[in-house]
Amino acid sequence: MSSHAHAGGSTVHAPMAEPSGFIRKYIFSVDHKVIGIQYFLLALTAVVIGIVLSLLMRFHLVWPNATLPFVSGGQMSQEQYLALVTMHGTIMVFFVLTTAPQGGFGNYFLPIQIGAPDMAFPRLNMLSFWVTFLAFVSIIAAFIVPGGAPISGWTGYTPLSGLGEITGPGEGWGQTLWIVSISLFCLASLLGALNFIATTIDLRAPGMSLMRLPLTVWGWFVTAILGLLAFGVLLAGGILLLLDRSAGTSFFIPAGLVVNDQLQAHSGGSPILWQHLFWFFGHPEVYIAILPGMGVASHILSTFARKPVYGYRAMAYAICAIGFLGFMVWGHHMFVSGMSPYSGFAFSVLTMSIGVPSAIKTFNWLGTLWGGKIQFKSPMLFALGFVSLFVSGGLSGLFLAQPAVDNMLHATYYVVAHFHLVMGVAAIFGIFAATYFWFPKMFGRMMSEPLGKIHFWFTFVGAYCIFMPMHFIGIAGGIRRYADASAVGFLAHLQPVHQFMTIAAFVTGFAQLFFLFNFFYSLKFGPKASKNPWNATTLEWDTDSPPPIDNFGGHYPSVYRGPYEFSVPGAVDDFIPQWVEPSQVARAK
Amino acid sequence: MRIRKRNSGSAATPALLSLIIVVLVAVTVYVFASNLPWAVRPAPITSVGAEIDHQYDLTLAVAGTVFILSQLGLALVIFKFRDHGQKAHFTRGSNTLEAIWTTATIVLFLGLGLMGHKAWAEVRFTPAAPDAIQVEVTGNQFVFNFRYPGPDGKFGKLDPKQISASTGNPLGIDANDPAGKDDIVVPTLTVPVNHEVNLLIRSQDVIHNFYVRELRIQQDAMPGMVVPLHFTANAIGQYEVVCTQLCGLGHSRMHSYLNVVSDADYEAFLKQQAAGQ
Repeated sequence: MSSHAHAGGSTVHAPMAEPSGFIRKYIFSVDHKVIGIQYFLLALTAVVIGIVLSLLMRFHLVWPNATLPFVSGGQMSQEQYLALVTMHGTIMVFFVLTTAPQGGFGNYFLPIQIGAPDMAFPRLNMLSFWVTFLAFVSIIAAFIVPGGAPISGWTGYTPLSGLGEITGPGEGWGQTLWIVSISLFCLASLLGALNFIATTIDLRAPGMSLMRLPLTVWGWFVTAILGLLAFGVLLAGGILLLLDRSAGTSFFIPAGLVVNDQLQAHSGGSPILWQHLFWFFGHPEVYIAILPGMGVASHILSTFARKPVYGYRAMAYAICAIGFLGFMVWGHHMFVSGMSPYSGFAFSVLTMSIGVPSAIKTFNWLGTLWGGKIQFKSPMLFALGFVSLFVSGGLSGLFLAQPAVDNMLHATYYVVAHFHLVMGVAAIFGIFAATYFWFPKMFGRMMSEPLGKIHFWFTFVGAYCIFMPMHFIGIAGGIRRYADASAVGFLAHLQPVHQFMTIAAFVTGFAQLFFLFNFFYSLKFGPKASKNPWNATTLEWDTDSPPPIDNFGGHYPSVYRGPYEFSVPGAVDDFIPQWVEPSQVARAK
Repeated sequence: MRIRKRNSGSAATPALLSLIIVVLVAVTVYVFASNLPWAVRPAPITSVGAEIDHQYDLTLAVAGTVFILSQLGLALVIFKFRDHGQKAHFTRGSNTLEAIWTTATIVLFLGLGLMGHKAWAEVRFTPAAPDAIQVEVTGNQFVFNFRYPGPDGKFGKLDPKQISASTGNPLGIDANDPAGKDDIVVPTLTVPVNHEVNLLIRSQDVIHNFYVRELRIQQDAMPGMVVPLHFTANAIGQYEVVCTQLCGLGHSRMHSYLNVVSDADYEAFLKQQAAGQ
C-alpha cells in the first residue's frame, strides 16, 4: 500500500477495494480512518466516565455526608473519594487527552493531510488501537475487583503503590490493574508513535516539504517523537513497579519500612527513582496532550480569520522547541521531594525558558487574528477559547516553576487549577475545535451551528467558573486530594468557594449533553457536507466527505504551496488550496 | 473582480465573546487585588517567608500584566476584526517582531526566575547553623511524631524492629542505645521564637509531607531519606501542620500543630516532657 505514495505526482490508480464483512471493515480494520474513529469513540466513552467521576468528587467535597444510592454504606468514604481522584486523573490523561488528539484526529488526518493513502504500517496501527482498548478494559476492571480502585493518584507514587494492600484499600488488585493498564497503554503508544514518525517522514506527497506541512501535522509529528522517547521510560517503570509488588524486588523501596506495625521485607530501593521515571514520562505527557491542540488551534484560527498563520516558521520551530525543552523540565514536579536543591535550580531555569516558545505561539495566534476577517463558526469559537485558556493556565506556571514560590503552592489546588486549565480544559477545547472542524469530513454531514455555539458558551464560561476560583483556594492553602476538610482549621472558610465550583461543574458537565446530542443527531440527520465546506486549503479538503478507502480515490495529490494561503493579493478567491497547480489559480485581471 | 456574496456574520457572537473575556479579566483582577478572605495567605512568620511572598508578588505583577494584556488583546482582535465585509490583510508575519518578542520574553521570564532563587538558596543551599535546635520529624500513616534529643543533645539510634505504637515506642528507639533514653517524642512541634530550628524529616512507611503555610515551606518525608529543613520563626503562636502528599485513606486527617513559644515557655516544655519520659 505504501508504495503508492512514492508513485509521483497526481497519478491515478485503480481505486482500492474496501474490505468486505463487518468485522474486517469496522472492528479489526487496518484503515487509519476507521482506527481514528475507534480511538475517538474510545476517548468519548472515557471522557463521559471521567466527567461523571469528577462530578462525584465535586459533590463529595461540598456535601460529604450526603447519602448516595449507589455507594455501599450510603456515604462516600475517604478511600472511595481517593479512588475517584486516581481514576479520574488516569482515565482523563491517558484515555482522553492522549487518545483523542493523537490517536483519534492524528490517525485520521495526518495521512490525508500529507497526501498518503494510509499509515506506513496499517497492521501495527490496528494493533496499537486494540492494545489501547485492552488497557482501557484493564483500568475499568479496577473498579470491580476486590478492594476496589487504587487510591495512590494518577502518579502512582510508591511505596503507597508498591507494597500491596497493606498500605490501604485499592492497593491490592486495583493497583495491579492500574499498572497493567498504563503499561499496556505505553506499549500501544510506542507502536503508534513509530507509525506516526515513519508516516510523516516517508509518505508525504510530492511537493509536501517540511515547511509546507500543516501545523497540525507538526503537532502530531513532534508529539509522536515525544511519545517514542517518553512512553518507553514509563513502560520500564511500570514493569519495575509490578516486580516490586509481585516478585519481591526492591527497585523503589528502601529498607526498614514499617507499615501497620509490620516490618517490610524490602531493602535497597529508592522511592524518588519512581518519581524520576514517572515524571520523565509525565512532563512530556503534558505536551503530548497539548501540542496537537496547538496545531489544531493554529490551523483553525488561520482558516477562519482568512489569513496565513502569522510567523509559520516560528510556529513550527516553537513546537519543536517546546518538545525539546519538555524533556528537560521533569524535575519541577519534584522541588519538595528531597531531590538536590541544586537540581531544583537547574530545572527551574529550564522550566521558565519553556515560557518563551509558549509566548511565541500566543503572540503569533494574536498576529494571525490581527487584520483578519474572522468568521465565528463553532470550531473557531473553541480555537479562540483554546488561546484564552492556554494563556490563563500557562501563566500560573510562572509561579510553580520557581522552587521558592512552589514551596507554598505545591500540592495545593493552585496546581490543580494550573494543570486543568492548561493541559485539561485547553486540550479539550482543542479536541472540541477539531471535532466541529473535521466532523463534516469524517462523517459527511455538518454539525448544528446553534447547538455548537450554546455548547461553547456554557463550556467556556463554565470552565473559568470552575478553575479560576480554584487558584484562590490554592493560594489560601487549600490542599488537593483531601477527601474532607474538617480536620484542618484553615480549610473551613474555603467551603463557599468549593460550593460555587461544584455548581459550576455540574452546569458545565450537563452542558456537554448539547455536544453529545449534536454529535449523534448530526451523524444521522445533519445537512450533507460538501468536499470543502470551510473553504480551507489543506489536502483533506481535496477529497470526498467522508474520504474513500484510499483517501483520494485512486488519485494522489501533489502539493504546490504552503498550507495557509488565505487572502493572497491578486487571487480571485480568498483561499488557494495546496493541491491547485499554479496555472489553475484564478487571478484577478 | 468577481462579485462575491456578502456573507459577513452578525456582530453578536464576537461582541459576547469579547465581553466575557473582559469580565473574566475584571473579576480576576478584582479578586487578586481586593484580598477577599478566601484568596489570601496568612502572614509569614519567617524572614525567608517574607522573601518568598515578595517573589510571589513580583511574579503576580509580571504574570498579571501579561494576563491582562493578552486577554484584552484577544478580546480586542475578536471584536475589531470580526467579519463585517472587509478584506483580510495579507501578511506572513514579521521576523523583526518575532525577534523583539522572543528577546523580551527571554529577559522577562528568565530574569524573574533568577531573581526568585535568592529565597530558595536561603532555605535549601545553606545548611542550618551548628547551634540550631534539632528536631526529628517522622511521618507515618496518619500521624506526625516529633523527637527532641533530650539533655544529652543526641538522638538515640532507631531500630525498625522495635517500633510499637501500642507500647509507647512509635519510632522504634533502640532500647540498648543510652543516647535514646532521654529522647522526647511528642505529637506536636514546639519551638522557641527567634531561634533557628533544623528539622530532620523522615518517614516510616509511605511518602508524607510537612507543610506549614506560615513558614511558606513544605518538604516531603521520603522513605529511606532524612531531609534537613531549617527555619527561624519570629512570631509566637500556634500554626497548623498538614500533610500534602497523598499517603492513603487517612491523608486528610494527618494533622498537627507548630507551637512557637517564648524561651521561658520552651524551657518549661522541655522540663515537663523530660519529667514525663
